[in-house]
Amino acid sequence: MQLGTDTLAFVYLISGALFILGLNRLSHPSTARRGNLFAMTGMVIAIVATLLNPAVKSYTFIWPAMIIGGVIGTVIALRIQMAAMPQLVALLHSFVGLAAVLVAVGTYLDHRQQGLLSTVFMVEVFIGIFIGAITFTGSLIAFGKLQGLVTAAPVAYMGQHWLNLLLGLVMIGLGVDFAINDHFASLMLMTAIALLLGILLIIPIGGADMPVIISMLNSYSGWAAAATGFTLQNKLLIITGALVGFCGAILSYIMCRAMNRSFISVILGGFGTGDVADASGVAAATQKGVKSSSVEDAAFLLENASKVIVVPGYGMAVAQAQHALKELFELLEAKGVEVKFAIHPVAGRMPGHMNVLLAEADIPYDRAFEMEVINPEFATADVALVVGANDVTNPAAKKDPSSPIYGMPILDVDRAHHVFFIKRSMRPGYAGIDNLLFYQDNCSLLFGDAKDVCEKTVAALKAA
Amino acid sequence: MSETMVALYVFVLACFIGYWVIWNVTASLHTPLISLTNAISGIIIVGALLVAGFEEMGFVGAILGFTAVLLASINMFGGFLVTQRMLDMFKKKKK
Repeated sequence: MQLGTDTLAFVYLISGALFILGLNRLSHPSTARRGNLFAMTGMVIAIVATLLNPAVKSYTFIWPAMIIGGVIGTVIALRIQMAAMPQLVALLHSFVGLAAVLVAVGTYLDHRQQGLLSTVFMVEVFIGIFIGAITFTGSLIAFGKLQGLVTAAPVAYMGQHWLNLLLGLVMIGLGVDFAINDHFASLMLMTAIALLLGILLIIPIGGADMPVIISMLNSYSGWAAAATGFTLQNKLLIITGALVGFCGAILSYIMCRAMNRSFISVILGGFGTGDVADASGVAAATQKGVKSSSVEDAAFLLENASKVIVVPGYGMAVAQAQHALKELFELLEAKGVEVKFAIHPVAGRMPGHMNVLLAEADIPYDRAFEMEVINPEFATADVALVVGANDVTNPAAKKDPSSPIYGMPILDVDRAHHVFFIKRSMRPGYAGIDNLLFYQDNCSLLFGDAKDVCEKTVAALKAA
Repeated sequence: MSETMVALYVFVLACFIGYWVIWNVTASLHTPLISLTNAISGIIIVGALLVAGFEEMGFVGAILGFTAVLLASINMFGGFLVTQRMLDMFKKKKK
C-alpha cells in the first residue's frame, strides 16, 4: 500500500492535532496520562504514514535503526533515576539537534542530485543546520555540566562575547555564500562553526541557571525541528517544532522571572561562583552567631506543630532525601500535623524537578504548592523545614539592595514561627552569598546530609 | 502563494497555539512537559525516514539516514516512556 500526497498530508494533520490535544491535557495531573497517550498515537500514525510514502523506497537501514533506537530509548527510560531527569532531557535534546543536522544535509544532497536546488531551499538548509548544530553541542555541554563531566561553574575569558559574535557573523557569511554559490565547503565549515558556537554559548553559564538552559535548549530543539519542516516542506514538522519551540521559550521566561533576571543576562552567563571554599560547618556557624540545633529538638517542635511547611531544593535531589522526607511526612500526618510542600519555580535543575521527585516518593501532588499560593501561609506555619534549598529562601532578596539576588521572588520562610534549615556546611548557595535567614532568632540549622537528617528526625519521632 | 509562504502561515499559527497551550500547563507538570515535548520532537524521524529511504543516495545518504533514524527513535521511545513513568507517579498519589 502506498499513500498519495493528500492522504499523507491529511494523516499528518491528524497527528499534529493529537500532539496539540496531548499537550493541552497536561493542564492537570489527572488528565495528563491520556495526553501522553494522544501524543503517542499521533506519533505512531505519522510514522506508519511516512513508511507508506512512495518516496521511501528502501527499508534496509530503517528497520535496524528503529529497532536499535527503540531498545536503547526504552532501556534508558525505564532505568533512569528521577533525580537524573535533567541530564536525560539534555541528552535527548542533543539528539534532536544532531538528527536535524543530518536530515538537513541528507535532504540537501538528495535535492542536489535531483537538480531541485533553489536559493530559498538552501537558506532553509542553512538555518536548519545552524540551529540543529548549536542545539546538539550546547545540549551536550549542558549534559556534561549536569553530570559533572564539565565544570558547573561559569567559564569566562577575555573577549568571550565578541568572539561569539565574530563566529556568528562568519557563520552567517558562509551560509550566504552557500545559498548563493552552492559551495559545499562553505556549508561544512559553517556547520563546524555552529558546533563550536553551541559549546561556547553554554560554557559561561553557571549550574544555578540550569533550569533556564534546559528550557532554552528545549526551545532550540523545537526550532530545529521546525526549520527541518521548512526544508522538507513538511507541515507536521513545522507544527510540532513551533509547539516545542514555544514550550521552551515560555518555560525560559517563567524561570527567568522566578530569578528576577533577564534572559540576556542569563545567556551572557558568569552568574554564581560555583564552588566556594568550604569552611568547617559548625565552627564557622558559631563564629557567625548562627544557631545549630539537634534533630531531637527539631522532632519535638515538628510533632507539636499544627502546620509545617517543607521547602525542598536541589540538595534534596543530590542526597536522594525524598523518600526519607515522605516517611517524615506520613509520621507527622499521623500525629495530626498539617504538612505542605512549598516549591519555588527554580528549585532544582529543571522546571518542575521537585514535583517529580516528591511524586516519586509518593507524596500526594496536591500537597505541593506554588510560590504565590503558599507564601501567605508561612506566617501561620509553626515550623518551616528547609531541605536542600538555599538562595530561594534568602531574605536578602527583599532586604539588601546590594545583594546580587536582590529583587528575586523568594519563599517567605523567614515568616514562619520557627525555621529548621538542613545544611551540610556553612557553604553559601549557588549565588555565592550568605543566607540572612541563618542570623534570625527563629532559625536553627541542622547540620548534615539532607537524607541523613531526615532519617534521624524520623527515628527521633518514632522514639518519642 | 508559494509553498514556503504556506509553510510560514502554518508556522506562525502553530506558534500561537503553542503559546496558549503551554501557558495552560500546570507548574507541577513542567518536567513531564519537557520530556513530552522532547518525545514529540522525535517527529524529526519523518525527515530521517525520507533520507534513509532515498535509495539513490548511496553510502553517505544511508549513513546519514541510519544515524538520524536511530537518534530520533531513541528520543521518541525514551521521551514517551519516561513521561509515562513520571505521570504514573503523579497518578498513584490520589488518595
